[in-house]
Amino acid sequence: MIERIGQIRAEAEAAICAAGTTAGLEELRVRYLGRKAELPNLLRGVAELDPQERGAVGRAANETRQALETLITDRGAQLELGELRERLAGDRVDVTLPATPPAPVGRLHLLTATRREIEDVFCGLGFTVVEGPEVEFVHYNFDALNHDPAHPARARTDTFYVEAPADPHGGEVLLRTHTSPMQIRAMEQQPPPIAIIVPGRVYRRDSDATHTPQFHQIEGLAVGEDVTLADLKGTLLAFAKAIFGDEREIRLRPHFFPFTEPSVEADVSCFMCADADAHAPRCPLCKGTGWLEILGSGMVDPNVLGAVREHGYDPERHQGFAFGLGVERIAMLKHAVPDLRLFYDNDLRFLRQFG
Amino acid sequence: MQLPLSWLHDYIRPEIDVRQLADRLAMTGTEVDRITHHGVPAADGFVVGKVLTAEPHPDADRLRVCSVEVGDGEPRTIVCGAPNVAAGQTVAVACPGAVMPDGTKLGKAKLRGVVSLGMILAEDELGLGAGHRGIMILDDALAAGTPLGDVLPISEEVLELEITPNRPDCLGVYGVAREVHAATGAPLAPAPWSEDPGAIGEGAPAGIEVVVESPELCPRFTGRVFEGVTIGDSPLWLKGRLMAAGQRPINNVVDITNYVMLLTGHPLHAFDLDRIAGGRLVVRAAGDGETMATLDGQERILDAGMCLIADGDGPTSLAGVMGGQRSEVEQDTTRVLLEVATWDGPSIHRTASRLGLRSEASARFEKGLAPEGCMEAQAVATRLMLELTGARLVPGTLDVGSAGVQAPVIRLRDARVSGLLGTEIPRARSAEILTALGFICSEAQDGLDVSVPHWRRGEVTREADLIEEVARIDGVDALPATLPLNRTGLPGRLAHAQRLRRRAEDTLAGLGLLEIVGWSFAAPDLPDRLLAPVGDPLRDLVVLENPMSAEQSVLRSSMAGSLLDAAAFNRDRGQPDLAIFESGAVYRRGGGALPEEHHALGALLTGAVRTATWAEPDPPRADVFAVKGLAEAVLGALRVPFTVRAGERPFLHPGRAGEMLSGEVVLGVFGELHPAAAANWGFEEPVALLLLDLGKAIAAAPEVPAYADLTTFPGMRQDLAVIVSEDVPAAQVAELVRRTGGELVAHAEVFDVYRGEQVGEGRTSLALHLEFRAADRTLTDDDVAPVRERIVAAIRDELGGELRG
Repeated sequence: MIERIGQIRAEAEAAICAAGTTAGLEELRVRYLGRKAELPNLLRGVAELDPQERGAVGRAANETRQALETLITDRGAQLELGELRERLAGDRVDVTLPATPPAPVGRLHLLTATRREIEDVFCGLGFTVVEGPEVEFVHYNFDALNHDPAHPARARTDTFYVEAPADPHGGEVLLRTHTSPMQIRAMEQQPPPIAIIVPGRVYRRDSDATHTPQFHQIEGLAVGEDVTLADLKGTLLAFAKAIFGDEREIRLRPHFFPFTEPSVEADVSCFMCADADAHAPRCPLCKGTGWLEILGSGMVDPNVLGAVREHGYDPERHQGFAFGLGVERIAMLKHAVPDLRLFYDNDLRFLRQFG
Repeated sequence: MQLPLSWLHDYIRPEIDVRQLADRLAMTGTEVDRITHHGVPAADGFVVGKVLTAEPHPDADRLRVCSVEVGDGEPRTIVCGAPNVAAGQTVAVACPGAVMPDGTKLGKAKLRGVVSLGMILAEDELGLGAGHRGIMILDDALAAGTPLGDVLPISEEVLELEITPNRPDCLGVYGVAREVHAATGAPLAPAPWSEDPGAIGEGAPAGIEVVVESPELCPRFTGRVFEGVTIGDSPLWLKGRLMAAGQRPINNVVDITNYVMLLTGHPLHAFDLDRIAGGRLVVRAAGDGETMATLDGQERILDAGMCLIADGDGPTSLAGVMGGQRSEVEQDTTRVLLEVATWDGPSIHRTASRLGLRSEASARFEKGLAPEGCMEAQAVATRLMLELTGARLVPGTLDVGSAGVQAPVIRLRDARVSGLLGTEIPRARSAEILTALGFICSEAQDGLDVSVPHWRRGEVTREADLIEEVARIDGVDALPATLPLNRTGLPGRLAHAQRLRRRAEDTLAGLGLLEIVGWSFAAPDLPDRLLAPVGDPLRDLVVLENPMSAEQSVLRSSMAGSLLDAAAFNRDRGQPDLAIFESGAVYRRGGGALPEEHHALGALLTGAVRTATWAEPDPPRADVFAVKGLAEAVLGALRVPFTVRAGERPFLHPGRAGEMLSGEVVLGVFGELHPAAAANWGFEEPVALLLLDLGKAIAAAPEVPAYADLTTFPGMRQDLAVIVSEDVPAAQVAELVRRTGGELVAHAEVFDVYRGEQVGEGRTSLALHLEFRAADRTLTDDDVAPVRERIVAAIRDELGGELRG
């Protein structure tokens, strides 16, 4: 009997070692260790053997079974590894083929991106963002902003008027020519102190490489009892540093606007030739002047505050600054966009470059 | 305004170069557009010459061979083609090496065999005049060899100034000189009108009568009469100055009026007194429809708001804007009435813009000139008339109207100066600046009492205006940079709605869409192209009264137009697969005085939704479900609860359009563009649109999402398959499930649709994922089974549906 066990073991071991596939190995497991196989049957029959034989045969059969099980497991692991290798080798792809593109990243328009960037700067400086109507009354666009009745900007050659009956209070209806009407509207709604910016679309009858009949502005207004022209300079300096770089300087130049007094234009130091004075005369950006005009501003004219006197603004007591900057101008300077009209063509090849 | 530097130097000569002067002017409020050059680039090689002999050229009828002394000892030969050259003349000579105004360098030239060592010059060749009738004949007192630049303005630096509209005084040379005086501290010469050679005689001169019927349009009218006038060319220095200042010389009298205007800033007009019918002028408002011929030869139709000057034969001059043809100074004029008046600024502005007639005069008068300026201009003009035209002044000055009101006195408080500027400016410095600008200052307890000179009276009326004067000369450029204290007590920030708008835009950009910025303007046929029927809201157009073109004559009533325009633009440039969006206002005429503007978010998809690859050579095309996905993404990002139902719009495919609702409020629409509308933009394949009223969507968004416990008690997921009639919308089934299931149904969504034989003709099988959840316990089958039964019963009873197998 023991001899037979030995034979089975030798035969099985040889067969297991020779097995070439996991499937073949599984057949061997069934053949030698399955329910109908000889070895398990021998084990089941041990009880019927002579008592002297019983111990030895049982031990031998058990040892053999364990040995074969171990052997099958080991051999199985070996075969599986080999088969996995083979399978993976068959899965090989050409990794140099083009990738599956993920959903492309979209972009904000450069004007939106620039507007947001500017909004965020002024939020950081304590301004809140308000917006107003683009179709506006003459009252808010000109009258309350101290524009002379004969001011040329009121002319139909300069400003779009809307076919609408004139309002008894607001007067004629037009497309706002600047975001400044919101100075008045905001002060009507909020007593001093006030610190707001007003982003929005504005319109003027002008069309060439440097003018489009619609463009975007951001208005600023800060009124209190102690807001000074020096504060305007500091605010614009902070803005210029945030947008054009920390090394920038601001220069104020006296100018004239109907709704500010004193009025100043603000220039930012050129960021293209600032570090290369030797090349400055040929700087394509500042033309050698070292300065770039970025906006108009000034101290709110007492007449403007007088227009909202009943809302708590006293020209003797309250003072402040206002400014208006062009979003297109800032974007063109910062990103070297050569032609204003590119903003409104909306060519995808332009849109993808920014935002 | 073009200001020849040498003219400025008559009155002030600051010891800085022209660039520094330009910078200083720019930094004190007078913008210098550029510095240009008039005449020859450099005066080298241009000298005074004496013509010793002028003989006919042996081989050319029209040329003469001249011997010219130019001060270098040896007379030189110069060939000259001018008909008026003659021996004994003093002339202007360009020697070889001189550079002409156009940049060409003069060399030795051989003219028909005779070598010419230079050129005898005509005035236009030096930019001294417009005439080319012959060579210039100079004063014989000039010595040969005198540098020409010493005697004539042949090489002028010119400042091109941009004068702001509040400073008509700077539209005159002396006004700018005053600015330079304040800005640089250099001494200022007395005003050119400080002596008046015409201050003789009492009352009005004989021979002319003037009646001002409209004093409100003409505050002051002055006139002087000159007899024995000889009309002729102006002297070269005068012509040269006018040319350098951008004015064309005409004749001595007209040139004097232009010269005096450029010097004083106050326009003048010269009448031929003998051509004034009846010797009487009437200043009056025009009659409606009255006509007159202006100097430019045009017949003008006037209205009652315009002011004219008439004589016995009718209108002779459009007051302050342009003279008339009849009374103009001509070659044979001998008696001149020199008129200097002031006119009502707004009326002049209105007249000039109505008639499209902007002149140098109207540009000044419309700013409202002071009446005092009249006599200043008369003084300067009188001197020149006497000196240059051989005229005699008829004693007396005609003067109708007032000489101007007393200048107001304004208190300038020290505290206000520093308080407004944020920097200290000593009182003495303020006084110095204001005095230099012509203001008269006297000490007051808390500052200065300041009298405003007449030439600033129109715009310096308040303390703030004086502060500006001080600040622009000394202050603005040296200002410290400080930040205002935030006294609002609130942080700067975006409003909730503004943050959500950004979120909505970012969502679409994050999904791969490119943002466009379209035109607010649209063509009036936009509603037609969008197939809008009569009465459709798209037809409530805001119409411009004065558009720049018909294509841009209304405001867009839908964002569909600008999206389609941008899409067509790109398609035509070989970019047919598009995913774009826009965020902006849409305008519709409403009941109010101002139109309704709402902030719209629109998106457009067309072509392949993904880039084709080797793995997916034929990606799906954009359709109604693609834009519906965008709608869900945006509203989901805003956390707006919404429902969807079929929603037709004229411009959308009737079977492939839906609308999003929050409760009963329609938030927007999505769908495929109607093929007929798509064709209007040249699209043949489906174009899918999403149009969302972002304002309404944001109003429906929760301001602050509140916590809900979704983790302590897990939900139970089950599927449900029902068969309903195919005309029952899926959303209706899902809605019924939620409604019937009540609060235990946390989620119900259709995940599969099947139509076919197994479910029968006209029937659809819908499979739904359901999730049941309770906030306070883990649900069991015993909790869920009755709910599920209610749902099945409701589907059967309300929709005629049945549970599938």
